[in-house]
Amino acid sequence: MKKILAIALCAIMVIGVLAGCSSQPASNDNASSTPANNDTPATNDTPATNDAPVDRDAAVVFDNSSEMLDASAATADKLAGVKVGFITLHDENSTYDKNFIDAAKAACEELGVEYIIKSNVPEGSECFDTAEELIDEGCNVVFADSFGHEDFMIQAAKAHADVMFAHATGTKAHTENLANYHNAFATIYEGRYLAGVAAGMKLNEMIANGEFTADEAKMGYVGAFPYAEVKSGYTSFFLGARSVCPTVTMEVTFTNSWYDEALEKEAANKLINRGCKLISQHADSMGAPTACETAGVPDVSYNGSTVAACPNTFIVSSRINWVPFYKNMIVAQATGQKLSADWTGTLGNGAVELSEINDKAAAAGTAEKLEEVKAALIAGNTKVWDTSTFTVGGQALTSYKADVNDWGDFTGETESIVDGAFAESVYRSAPSFDIDIDGITNIDA
Amino acid sequence: MKNKLFHVSRRPAMPWWKSLLIRVIAIALALVVCAVVTMLFTGENPLNVFSAMISGSFGTSRKIWATLQGIAILLCVSLAVTPAFRMRFWNVGGEGQILMGGLACAACMIYFGEVVPNWVLILMMTVSAVVAGAIWGGIPAIFKAKWNTNETLFTLMMNYIATQLVAYFCNIWDKKGSGIVGVINPTTEAGWFPVLGGQRYLLNVIIVAILVVFVYIYLNYSKHGYELTVVGESEKTARYVGIKVEKVIVRTMLLSGALCGVAGLLLVGGTDHSISTTIAGGRGFTAVMVSWLAKFNPVVMIVTSFILVFLERGSSDITSRFGLNKSFSDILTGIILFFIIGSEFFINYRIDLVHNTEKEAK
Repeated sequence: MKKILAIALCAIMVIGVLAGCSSQPASNDNASSTPANNDTPATNDTPATNDAPVDRDAAVVFDNSSEMLDASAATADKLAGVKVGFITLHDENSTYDKNFIDAAKAACEELGVEYIIKSNVPEGSECFDTAEELIDEGCNVVFADSFGHEDFMIQAAKAHADVMFAHATGTKAHTENLANYHNAFATIYEGRYLAGVAAGMKLNEMIANGEFTADEAKMGYVGAFPYAEVKSGYTSFFLGARSVCPTVTMEVTFTNSWYDEALEKEAANKLINRGCKLISQHADSMGAPTACETAGVPDVSYNGSTVAACPNTFIVSSRINWVPFYKNMIVAQATGQKLSADWTGTLGNGAVELSEINDKAAAAGTAEKLEEVKAALIAGNTKVWDTSTFTVGGQALTSYKADVNDWGDFTGETESIVDGAFAESVYRSAPSFDIDIDGITNIDA
Repeated sequence: MKNKLFHVSRRPAMPWWKSLLIRVIAIALALVVCAVVTMLFTGENPLNVFSAMISGSFGTSRKIWATLQGIAILLCVSLAVTPAFRMRFWNVGGEGQILMGGLACAACMIYFGEVVPNWVLILMMTVSAVVAGAIWGGIPAIFKAKWNTNETLFTLMMNYIATQLVAYFCNIWDKKGSGIVGVINPTTEAGWFPVLGGQRYLLNVIIVAILVVFVYIYLNYSKHGYELTVVGESEKTARYVGIKVEKVIVRTMLLSGALCGVAGLLLVGGTDHSISTTIAGGRGFTAVMVSWLAKFNPVVMIVTSFILVFLERGSSDITSRFGLNKSFSDILTGIILFFIIGSEFFINYRIDLVHNTEKEAK
């Protein structure tokens, strides 16, 4: 027994000493670079880290744009020098990734650009390895589609300054301030709001048919993770529904996974059993839509139409069309035009879309109403995040500091109530609305 | 008598060159089948398929290093499970033991990253990863020693507990709520292993090389190595000669788990600087094969882990080069493993066609 202990200890010491010895120079490096340690835009000379957050926020420059770059400058020979690598979390079986993969193929084929798609890349350092593999294969633009890929994309961007990196749904491009790293997202809340209007109209129709009373109008929402992107999504959906059906309430449950068909199905069934009359989801499998089809409960889907599998219950779906951003990214690389740190797609530039409405399930007149609301959203007459349309803890919201600058401190720093509305996707592309408003109940809490 | 067509019997030991030849032929056949399957799907020239295979591991200097890293980690896990296998203790819980080692290591980086000097932190990470792995390996061993539980099922189930624990802590550590930890200490680099000679994988390779020597000596030239081999050959003999079997089982599994913990440490502290449920990447299971194919010899394991990593990287390269879904590389890997395992069967057994007369005699 003593002997084994001795051997084990020896092994530990060998490793420890080895790591310890060689870590000496490394820690010296750290020491010598302390003044420059904040490679964030902050210019803070004092080493006290407590002061740093204030200064670094002041130094942040927001660089968020919805513009489309001039594609005419991208001639065929310039485009021939571009090769794009796409990294996706799952493959075509996930509605979320399928939406990216289809757009990638469409954009690259339209512009005649070479591309490689690597699917099923987990949100770990596999993402970094995959990015390097793509660069090995000649890619000079690398795009990743899942929130958890971000840290590893930034790591790769720092290691390969000559390659353009773009990441969907990420939050750190404006604070990292790297010339070759970009975030992209879209005002999908506009699409969700429209889908919510369709849901509200369906509820009104069911109330009018005497299926339940106005007080029983309750929707259910299957969310993935309880964070800003999902919360912003379901809140805008809810506000859309309430704009036409004032008595509606909503229950939300989370699966804590982006893709888990069994869990999502179970969650949808749980909500249906609790009396929810209509279901929507922000999770990527067919779990919730198929549960709705089986139970005969109307469903508002996400990321694309599920009408083929759910002909009787699918109403409408909102999705982000990634083709405009992909084109922007490719044109920027080909022509050297500057791509902003953040890029936000909108209803106006074609990045936010609704699928075909399924007349079999949708209420009569849905299409006309949606056209009308869509026009109002584009014109700015209707604001999704108008603070007069919702309350928090019974109070109107007059001030809210959102965590726009993601330093890993999880504290809000940017005043986001501007002109009577929450400034969503204004400072950066990814959503930052993470407020629990009245009327929505988190049944997991 | 049933009308059997074949008669399978155990072979006498084969000369080494002959068994080696069979294995080489098996791998060659596997590659041919892979090439044919790829051709059927893509219409590519088989030579292109093979060149993709080789470039997957050796195409660029970065790929060579990535291959070395793959070998180092797989070898580390294989070294870890080998003492248990020699003892005929089927430790298929490498996956969980790696995860627990990695989890302990990540916890140190997160909680003590800015509190203690870097060398103290690395020491803490090392000790905690080793201890966490050892505990995860030790629990099934104690149950086996005391109550003779089935260690295959027990270690396998411990994997799922470890995966869920990692998922749980990821949710705690990621306050944003998306359950992804991301890179730990990205600015301070606290707890990151130093990069030797500009190669981020070099330190891992060196540490695993030292472990190979250690495990080789431990198994072949130490009293413990002898004891666990005797326990593996025959528990009764071991008891007869006065070896405390329970003690040997627990001791060996503590070592096995501890070495898996080291693999977790190398992954989290050495290269990934992150923790997720996928860090082990199935190596706990692949290691079983590496160890078996090498007949539990740590030095031969260098070759077998190289073969497996080479084939895996090659099939993944074929998949991306010809624009196929990632599942295709799993299919290719499956074909190759089928041939490799199949060849072991033909090395250990002979098959004779049963003569037809027997059938008529029925």
